[in-house]
Amino acid sequence: MITKSDVEHVALLARLELSEEEKELYTKQLSDILEHAQTLNQLDTGDIPPTAHVLPLQNVFREDKVGDHLDPDKALSNAPDKEGSFFRVPKIV
Amino acid sequence: MELYQLTAHRLHELLVNKEVSSEEITSSVLDRIKKVDETVRAYVTVIEENALKTARKVDGKINAGEDIHPLSGIPVAVKDNMCTQGIRTTCSSRILYNYIPPYNATAIERLSEIDAVIIGKTNMDEFAMGSSCENSAFFPTCNPWSPDRVAGGSSGGSSAAVAADETIVSIGSDTGGSIRLPAAYCGVVGMKPTYGAVSRYGLIAFASSLDQIGPFGKDVKDCALLLNVLCGHDPKDSTSVKYNVPDYTTYLENNVKGLKIGIPKEYMGEGIDPEIKQAVQQATEKMASLGAEVEETSLPHTKHGLSAYYLIAPAEASSNLARYDGVRYGYRAEDCEDVVDMFKKTRSEGFGPEVKRRIMLGTYALSAGYYDAYYNKALKVRTLIKRDFDTAFEKYDILMSPTSPIPPFKRGEKVDDPLQMYLVDICTLSVNLAGIPAISLPAGLVDGLPVGLQLMGKPFDEGTLLRAAYTFEQNTPYHNNKPSL
Repeated sequence: MITKSDVEHVALLARLELSEEEKELYTKQLSDILEHAQTLNQLDTGDIPPTAHVLPLQNVFREDKVGDHLDPDKALSNAPDKEGSFFRVPKIV
Repeated sequence: MELYQLTAHRLHELLVNKEVSSEEITSSVLDRIKKVDETVRAYVTVIEENALKTARKVDGKINAGEDIHPLSGIPVAVKDNMCTQGIRTTCSSRILYNYIPPYNATAIERLSEIDAVIIGKTNMDEFAMGSSCENSAFFPTCNPWSPDRVAGGSSGGSSAAVAADETIVSIGSDTGGSIRLPAAYCGVVGMKPTYGAVSRYGLIAFASSLDQIGPFGKDVKDCALLLNVLCGHDPKDSTSVKYNVPDYTTYLENNVKGLKIGIPKEYMGEGIDPEIKQAVQQATEKMASLGAEVEETSLPHTKHGLSAYYLIAPAEASSNLARYDGVRYGYRAEDCEDVVDMFKKTRSEGFGPEVKRRIMLGTYALSAGYYDAYYNKALKVRTLIKRDFDTAFEKYDILMSPTSPIPPFKRGEKVDDPLQMYLVDICTLSVNLAGIPAISLPAGLVDGLPVGLQLMGKPFDEGTLLRAAYTFEQNTPYHNNKPSL
C-alpha cells in the first residue's frame, strides 16, 4: 500500500534522512499500521463532526500586557552555536 | 519498616510529630536508590544535593513551629519530560541529551512552592512514545517484580521508582495510557486526570490534545494529595480549565453503596488475557458485595480506538516535534553543508526509531491527499468514541475494566513489531481520546506479576473515581503486595 517512494517523500517533508535499511523497514511497518487503520472505513462518518479537541474552548483571551520573560542570556543558554544575542546556523542560501 | 517503604501521608504524620526529619526520609530514599537502581534503572538523573537542601529547609520550618503542606519534605520523582530549571531534562532522547531548561514546568513550580523534595528525573520511552520504557535512548527501565520484564510505558521510570521504593510518590504524563499502564505493570496506583485539569506548561509536548500530567503513589490517598497540588487553572496553558479544585482527600470515603458501575463488554472480550479477566471479574464482584450496582454495558466503537489514536497522536507529534531542528537547544549534527542539511542530519541522528516512525506516520496522515482519508477520518471516529462515553455516563457513575490486556511482557519481546506494541494500549487510549479521567490500581497478582484495575469517570469527576478506588483498596489486600528486590 505504501511504496518506498512514498516513504522517501514523507521523509523529505519531515526533514529526516533515512538509510536504505530504514526505508525498507518503514515501508513495511507503515503499510501494516495503515492497513490496520483501514478498519475505520467500516464506519459511516458522513454527518459526524471531527473532534480535534475535547474542551469546548474557542478563543482564550488575556490582557495584552508585558509579563515575565526570559532574558537573552538564558534564552541562548542551550544554543549549540551563537554569536552575540543571536542563534548561529550554517548558511541558508 | 524502613522510611522509604512508607506512604506520603504516613510520613507527614511522622514529620509533624517530629519523629523523623525530612532529611532522614530523603537520605533513606537516596540510599535505597543507590542500592536498587542498578537493577531497576528508573532514574536518568538523581538530584541528591538539591533534594537534601529542600529537606533541610522543611526541617527548619517544622522546628520553627510552622505548619507544612502534607507533601512538604516528601520525596517526589518526576518524569524526564517536565522542565526543571537548571536540571537536565532529556525526554530520554539523544536530541535533548544536554538540555538544561531555563524555567520550570508549572507542575514543578507547584511542587516547589510547597517544598516537595524533587529527588530525580525518571526514565521514559523517548518523547513518551512507547508502552514498555524500552524506547529510552539511554537504557530500558526494568520491572521491579521481575527485571527481565518491562516496567510499562511510557512513564516506566516513575512507576518503577514508586514500586521499588526509590521514591515516595512520583508524577508522569499520560497520552494514551502512559501513567496507567506502567502503574498496572509495577503494581502501584496511577491516575490520569481530566484533560485540562493540570497545566501542560513546561511538559515537553507529544500530542497536545491528549497529553495530561498525573500522579503515582503507593496508595490512593497519596495520589489524591498530589492531585491537590497539580490541578488548577494556569494562565500559561490556554487549554487548562478554570474550575473549583476541591480538596480531593475529602472524597476518600470507604463507601460505594448505590454507586452505579458499568463494565464495558468490549474491554472484557477478545484479546484480554483470561487471568486478567478473572481478576477484574473478582474486582467487580467485590464492588457489588460492597453495595455498588454493577452491570455490563457497551462502548460500541471501542475497537476503532486504536486506529484513531495511532493516526491522531502521531499527527500531533509530527507537528510538535518539528521544533527539534538543532537551532536553539539540544543536539546539533556536525559538519553540515547548509541549514536544511543540518535539520535532516540533526533529526536523523537525534531521534530514535520509534520517534521517527511516528513522525513519518503522522506526516503521512497529514499530507496532501491523505488528510481526509486518515487524519480527518480519525477525528470523526474520535467523536463517536467520545459519544460512547457520554452515553454510558448518563447511566453509570464510573466504568471498570482491565488496565492492560496482557501481563507485563518480557523485555525485547515486542520491540520489532510496532503494531503488537500498540495493541498493549487498547484498554487505555480511548480515555485520552475522550479526555476523561481514569485511575489504575492494583487488583492482585497473576504468576507473581501485578494486574491493574482501571476505573474511568466523568470529566472533572476525579472525586468519584477516588472514592471508588479508595473503597476497593480498603477492602482488598492487593496494595500491600511488594516486589522483592
